[in-house]
Amino acid sequence: MLEIENLTVGYGERTVVDDVSFSVRPGQWLMIVGPNGAGKSTVINAVSQNTCFTGTVRLSGTDIRKIRQQDFARRVGVLTQNHYVGYPFTVEEIVRMGRYAYAPGIFSKESGDDEELVERALELTGMEPLRKQSVLTLSGGELQRTFLAQIFAQNPKLLILDEPTNHLDLIYQQQVFDLIRDWIHEGPRAVMSVVHDLSLARAYGTDALLLDRGRIASYGAIDDVLSAENLKSVYGMDVYAWMQKMLSQWEEAEEALPLRLKQA
Amino acid sequence: MKRDTESFHPWEYFLFALATLGMLIVCVCAGSVNIPIKETATIIWDAIWKLPMPEGVSDSIVLSVRLPRVICVAFVGASLSLCGGAMQGLLKNPLADGSTLGVSSGASLGAVIAIAFGITVPSLPFAGTMVMAMLFAFLSLIIILSLAYKLDFSLSTNTIILIGVIYSMFVSSILSLIITFASDKVKHITFWTMGSLQGTSYDNALVLLVALAGFGSVILGKARELNAFAVGEDVARNIGVDVRKVKFQILICVSALIGVCVSIGGTIGFVGLVTPHIIRLIVGPNHRRLLPASLFAGAIFLMFADLVARILLNPLELPIGVVTSFIGSIVFVYIFYRSRKAA
Repeated sequence: MLEIENLTVGYGERTVVDDVSFSVRPGQWLMIVGPNGAGKSTVINAVSQNTCFTGTVRLSGTDIRKIRQQDFARRVGVLTQNHYVGYPFTVEEIVRMGRYAYAPGIFSKESGDDEELVERALELTGMEPLRKQSVLTLSGGELQRTFLAQIFAQNPKLLILDEPTNHLDLIYQQQVFDLIRDWIHEGPRAVMSVVHDLSLARAYGTDALLLDRGRIASYGAIDDVLSAENLKSVYGMDVYAWMQKMLSQWEEAEEALPLRLKQA
Repeated sequence: MKRDTESFHPWEYFLFALATLGMLIVCVCAGSVNIPIKETATIIWDAIWKLPMPEGVSDSIVLSVRLPRVICVAFVGASLSLCGGAMQGLLKNPLADGSTLGVSSGASLGAVIAIAFGITVPSLPFAGTMVMAMLFAFLSLIIILSLAYKLDFSLSTNTIILIGVIYSMFVSSILSLIITFASDKVKHITFWTMGSLQGTSYDNALVLLVALAGFGSVILGKARELNAFAVGEDVARNIGVDVRKVKFQILICVSALIGVCVSIGGTIGFVGLVTPHIIRLIVGPNHRRLLPASLFAGAIFLMFADLVARILLNPLELPIGVVTSFIGSIVFVYIFYRSRKAA
């Protein structure tokens, strides 16, 4: 589906991503992880925004630099972390924009497909009841779900996500990630995402690419990549011990709860 | 197949066209001398069918003075309003307009240079100022946007307006310099800085119509792309818009239209700011409805402003730019405060 070979990206003298190669196959959810400045978003931007890079990025065998934007949008959906909408478009109008790549002309008529996919995207994301509402009145989670619906309406085969739930409450994080996991299973589809939260990466990813200062530290199945040794060498700390300490706080709190209730 | 709910309906076109026609008739009838509607209609009807005219001076007032002027005013208003609506979508900025971005000032500089240095196109006497105005409008837009992009990639409202203001001041200093050296053409040049459609002819109206039909239809045809830009340039790219190409096409058309309007009517500020803003409150932000509605509303608004300019201090006539700027600056402050409050 997506093959990346010897990808190198630099800003001026500085090389941010250095000779990175990996691929994304149908059914996979590839998590790109690593500390700040590892080059995660730069890899994503090279593919989704066609920023300056050397190496090759192929989508179903075709060099992405030779693919028209419209054809790219039919195959790849991109969800970014922040949306600032200044005008009061309705949820439905935003979602409907996702069909642009299939009928870009002003006189192009909507097909039955368009209608069905828009309706389905609204239903899948739970935004159907809010379809006539202005996006200016939505919460952060609802807004992110609206843009996810727009991408579902685009009906792509590959989803690219850049920290899609960064500023969202836990409930919305779970909602958005569950939606995407269900979406993959509906057909020969795949997801590539940058995720900062290692627990989320582990819970939802099938594969992972661990980056360290622009180079690949490890790449393969999620459990192999997120091993204690790999994370320790890249993050410079015992990530496993830290995660367990975090978790144990909650376990202790749960054990203490009946006692406290009794005292009360 | 479900009915297309996003585009402008035929009955809405009819309603807006009717309102525009109504305003046009009022503007032709009213003025320093009021001519009854019936008489005006008879004069226009007789002129169309080349019938003998009734006695009196009304026919020359209607046919030679008011009608060409009001038609030009309507076309200029429609064009400027359409350009404002398109720029507000393209730049995701509700305060974008030819005058706030400094594009109109740039166009007037081009026109003034053409007058002062006698730049003309052979066999088309008015084309020199027009071509220069269009060229300078486009160059100004490129300069302002490049500067704004360099400072702030997201093109935030404050940055772009500030640069527009600075650019306008820069242009007015060059204008003053040219006026100092070309003192024999001061009167002609002052016209461009004030903005007026006094004395415009049917030829001017024809040029405006051709420009509006050509460049305006391209802008109207980009309504869906403008919707995407209004949500964000990255969203536009992600849904499949060829961002660079579409942006360039819109910028060319907007600067060409503003250039033509400025070369005929001078700098008339704030029309492109006020009308799309009010229309957005009525028909919503979707450019498939906003752009056609703004087109008609711009014509209505400018005809109204022109009427006020003509009759307010009768027999003295105000420059039309004074009226639009007066209304426009109040609306500008209102939008600015509202958007700051929302942020």
